[in-house]
Amino acid sequence: MRYALRRLAFFLGTLWACLTLNFLLPRLMPGNPALALIAKFHGRISAQALKPLEIAFGVNTHESLIHQYFSYLGNMATGHLGTSLSQLPTPVSQIISNALPWTLGLVGVTTILAFLLGTGIGIVGAWRRGSWLDNILPPVFVITSAIPFFWIGMLLIVAFSLHGPHLPSSGTFDNTMIPAFNWPFIVNLVQHALLPATAILITSIGLWILTMRNNMVTVLSEDYVKMARAKGLPGRRIMFDYAARNAILPNLSGLAMSLGFVLGGSVLVEYVFNYPGMGFWLVQAVEGEDYPLMQALFLLITLAVLLAVLLADVLNALFDPRTRTAG
Amino acid sequence: MASTELSAGLGTPITPSTGQPGIQPGRARDAAARTGVALGRLFAALRSNRKASAGAILLAFVVILAAVPGLIAHDPPRAEIYGRSLGPSSAHLFGTTVYGQDIFSQFIWGARETLIIAVVSGVLSTTLSVIMGVAAAYLGGVADSGLNLVTDTLLVIPSFPLLLIIAAYLPNSGVAVLIAILVITGYSYGARQLRAQALSLRRRDYLEAARVRGERTAYIIAVEIIPNMTPLIVASFLGIAVYNVLFSAGLQFIGFGNPNSVSWGTMLYWAQNNEALAIGQYLWALMPGLGIAILGAAFALLNYAFDEIGNPALRPVRRLRVKRAR
Repeated sequence: MRYALRRLAFFLGTLWACLTLNFLLPRLMPGNPALALIAKFHGRISAQALKPLEIAFGVNTHESLIHQYFSYLGNMATGHLGTSLSQLPTPVSQIISNALPWTLGLVGVTTILAFLLGTGIGIVGAWRRGSWLDNILPPVFVITSAIPFFWIGMLLIVAFSLHGPHLPSSGTFDNTMIPAFNWPFIVNLVQHALLPATAILITSIGLWILTMRNNMVTVLSEDYVKMARAKGLPGRRIMFDYAARNAILPNLSGLAMSLGFVLGGSVLVEYVFNYPGMGFWLVQAVEGEDYPLMQALFLLITLAVLLAVLLADVLNALFDPRTRTAG
Repeated sequence: MASTELSAGLGTPITPSTGQPGIQPGRARDAAARTGVALGRLFAALRSNRKASAGAILLAFVVILAAVPGLIAHDPPRAEIYGRSLGPSSAHLFGTTVYGQDIFSQFIWGARETLIIAVVSGVLSTTLSVIMGVAAAYLGGVADSGLNLVTDTLLVIPSFPLLLIIAAYLPNSGVAVLIAILVITGYSYGARQLRAQALSLRRRDYLEAARVRGERTAYIIAVEIIPNMTPLIVASFLGIAVYNVLFSAGLQFIGFGNPNSVSWGTMLYWAQNNEALAIGQYLWALMPGLGIAILGAAFALLNYAFDEIGNPALRPVRRLRVKRAR
């Protein structure tokens, strides 16, 4: 219980730190970049839309810093994220709610896929020590995990979009199609997601394989595995019920963490493939000096990670009794 | 996450050789010698590991490019003096950009800044990790909690989006700012690991002995603790270097920093902005990415080799059995 409370305190503390970072960064930067920006927008947007901006960046205000800070926190708590400056007059919250499903769909599904495939390959690789699988895969995936995934994306575009099967390299579905729950539309959707998903998969699967394999190798040298072998249990049973079950714990909490990084982890893949998810908009916001959108995206991305950390804690406590006492 | 494994496996099996309670710790010059011995052992172990050798060769390749680019590429990398968008030829091995710059020359010269960013930010991050981690572990109490809070918070906040945000507020800044941001966002992971390692060292006899001798805290940390953490420090440098290569390339790719500098990241930026792939100048976009991949892979392979050296169970199984007759 004490442990749970401590984790909760950490959660709130980090959330607060992140909010404060958002608040302080534009104020700390030389020559307050927001000042010029807001001057630029005077007359172009209504005073009503300008007000939250001025609060957010501390411009044209005679209120004390503390007062600004609390009205900023109040705005964030009530979901007043402001108006996007690069997509006037769209509210930030609308852009985000449009972007969120794309990222969750593309990166979320790919992350789970990478976890399942990588963990599976890791289990089999460790089980067959010294086989070609075990000798070839680790070094290969050490290398792929060090390749920038936006570059893999560019390679894929050359190989499968400009040449070869001409898969789409941009957007989420053809403009000519009407979104509907029917077969041609789903095929079109999957076609568009195929290349970015592959880019993420290639670069992220390596870590799953390596951690799973390394955990398996460690667990396989445990006495209870030797015991199981001595009892003459079938190999498949030892591999899954004895070794993998214990070795998978770090990967499970790793999965929870990765799901948290789904929102912010694929920024450049979405950018390269013009896939209008959270990462794509983050780059757009940075390039267009759209500070309200940028801050809101950053906040949400961090929030997702924090929730994932909590989830990982819960998973660990559920599946690994040892951590419950260790707290 | 591979690096999580790494640190977990690493420090323990190696350090006892240098940190045995039986070895009487000496004075400052002795500490340097012991650090040297630890490093020497590491290099010996690395030489006999195939992944380490591969990593070292790749790293050497990039270092050579960075050290003497002028010997390899004779064309000025930025001058827009050649024909535009030429294909590969003997005069321009990789062709030219849409601005009439020699791509081969840009590729060779680009190694320098990329390597400098990776190494300098890696060294600074690791230094900060050591300071924060060891200080937290050694000081304990309120200082520990305070330093931990900062580190844990930075650990959870996603680095790349944070990098982007800071970059957005500092447009047109140079390499120094880029390195500073990388250091601030990247040190936390190493700091955590080093703190854990330092905590386990805290109770060793030779540290007690130093305290009883009345040595200053700074002396104990610098001379008694840090030399015994050399392997983990090197490992955490390699780990952070991989990320810094990728992150700095990613930032430059979307146009942060000085776009007129010559580095692999900025090459990618210009290639992407001019749709190099669509107009058929593939090498313009592919070569700098390959360079980044080579540098990243060099650090990653060395890191993985470290893992194997630290944790013998992970080493590849050498088959001694003769192949069964069919």
